[in-house]
Amino acid sequence: MGWAIALHGGAGDIPLSLSPERRLPRETALRHCLQIGIAALQAKRPPLDVVELVVRELENNPNFNAGRGSVLTDKGTVEMEACIMDGKTKKCGAVSGLSTVVNAISLARLVMEKTPHIYLAFDGAEAFAREQGVETADGSHFITPENLERLKQAKEANRVQIDFTQPIQKDEKKRTPTPDGDSQLGTVGCVAVNSDGNLAAATSTGGLVNKMIGRIGDTPIIGAGTYANNRCAVSATGKGEAIIRGTVARDVSALMEYKGLSLKEAAAYVVKESTPEGTVGLVAVSNEGEVTMQFNTTGMFRACATEDGFSEIGIWQM
Amino acid sequence: MGGGWAIVVHGGAGVDPNLPVERQEDAKRLLTRCLNLGISALRSSLPAIDVVELVVKELESDPLFNSGRGSALTEKGTVEMEASIMDGPKRRCGAVSGLTTVKNPISLARLVMDKSPHSYLAFSGAEEFARQQGVELVDNEYFITEQNVGMLKLAKEANTILFDYRIPETCNALVESPLQMNGLPISIYAPETVGCVVVDKQGRCAAGTSTGGLMNKMTGRIGDSPLIGAGTYASHLCGVSCTGEGEAIIRGTLAREVGAVMEYKGLDLQDAVDFVIKERLDEGKAGIIAVSRNGEVACGFNTTGMFRGCATEDGFMEVGIWE
Repeated sequence: MGWAIALHGGAGDIPLSLSPERRLPRETALRHCLQIGIAALQAKRPPLDVVELVVRELENNPNFNAGRGSVLTDKGTVEMEACIMDGKTKKCGAVSGLSTVVNAISLARLVMEKTPHIYLAFDGAEAFAREQGVETADGSHFITPENLERLKQAKEANRVQIDFTQPIQKDEKKRTPTPDGDSQLGTVGCVAVNSDGNLAAATSTGGLVNKMIGRIGDTPIIGAGTYANNRCAVSATGKGEAIIRGTVARDVSALMEYKGLSLKEAAAYVVKESTPEGTVGLVAVSNEGEVTMQFNTTGMFRACATEDGFSEIGIWQM
Repeated sequence: MGGGWAIVVHGGAGVDPNLPVERQEDAKRLLTRCLNLGISALRSSLPAIDVVELVVKELESDPLFNSGRGSALTEKGTVEMEASIMDGPKRRCGAVSGLTTVKNPISLARLVMDKSPHSYLAFSGAEEFARQQGVELVDNEYFITEQNVGMLKLAKEANTILFDYRIPETCNALVESPLQMNGLPISIYAPETVGCVVVDKQGRCAAGTSTGGLMNKMTGRIGDSPLIGAGTYASHLCGVSCTGEGEAIIRGTLAREVGAVMEYKGLDLQDAVDFVIKERLDEGKAGIIAVSRNGEVACGFNTTGMFRGCATEDGFMEVGIWE
């Protein structure tokens, strides 16, 4: 069997009327990150390295809701979280509440490899980051004008939104695009499997626009937003609260294990049956080199490739 | 068979086999008291979710176990508590981490579930929410016990040398202790977590877990207790709470696993618990308590002991520590 890789830049209510100025930079980024991941797999880098590399790239891109470009809390700050899991060993690392760490996914990996713990958060995580000497920056690195605008709109609408949600209209059926009203961002993630069948998953995010300080979503919760074992690797995106209660990432594997479903069937079940419409998207790869990308939202920024030469980049349903 | 309320409580898995009899009796008394509290609540038709909160509050308030007052200490000698609660019927959930002044973490977790748009709040954000909600707040010192201050000192020393002892002040033996939990000799390890799972007369399941975490943990360390699917889980089929080595519980998504094998493999409750303990822990050590919507109770652990108690509507009641 050959390697396979899939990545996402977030699922949500991405309007079909998304303007080219908003769409093209993201498509370019997805293509670029896919290439990076493919090159790493071709160079025989372990899947754990591949997913970290790709997610770092997505974090550094301000067009996605992770690292630079993270959406803002109700106080206008960033609080980033991330999680990485190695399928072969089931070792994992997670971080939450980061405000200065340029690459949250790399700190999650360091938690996994350099501490006796799995999950560090807030001040403790920031202190660990300093001990480890990872790259840090102040708020201005992460905060973008688009996200300041999104926060303003969310406050006006007085509601927490997945960053895709259209600004609130009195009549929900109307879809009047507002200038800078789009919030086509979401979590970022990557899953990969190499030709030996070793799997890894990584997810990173700034969370929900206008979230309460201290709010933790699904991304750093093993089994919810991120999961990998020796059967499959999954990274989910969408409404955190739904992904947590649906234990989405773990369930894909559990359905394969306990009900004998294929990767695609298991992902379809989770996305169509176990979670409410409009809340979830995921990318997954299996130990047999299969790949699937599914969502019950309007769209999901995504890309995938397999060793036999297949590749796909997409936003809405094909 | 089937139907009727049921309740299980635990005070942590991984018990020092040399625990003084007096402490064992204290533990059993506390578990019995908590069970009785839960039983009268169930008899007066309190919903499962309320019973879980009530009982876990009682466990948190007593300094005996590692939650609330009596929590294990961080490497800095402070207390950072976490908890989660889940309501089976709609799988609503709430979780908190990094609490330092909230007297009853489980109640704040409940408020996150009921009164916030989110599922999980931590550290200063959680404390701020606590203030807004007007819950009872105390100084961090309230949670710290002399016993745990002594334990912390020994845990730090155990990073280089292993001790075998019973009570901090009387230690005078230097013996290699093979029994460890989470990297600490069993005699120093504070069995993490208290928990309660309940099914009420209507067949509604709920689960709750609360802890101070691992002795000598790094500040900011989050364990399995507040993670839905790891330490706590409830669905229309069951309510589950886990305790033991946090890493093993997280990697094994233990609480969700019990529910998943029931849902997807059709196993009954005890078989599900046994399966998960046997197959999903690898090298890890943990314990699980669970109830099903049919009024069944189940416990399982691969540790030396788990403080636990259970009761069902037909009058069955049992409290135990060892196998």
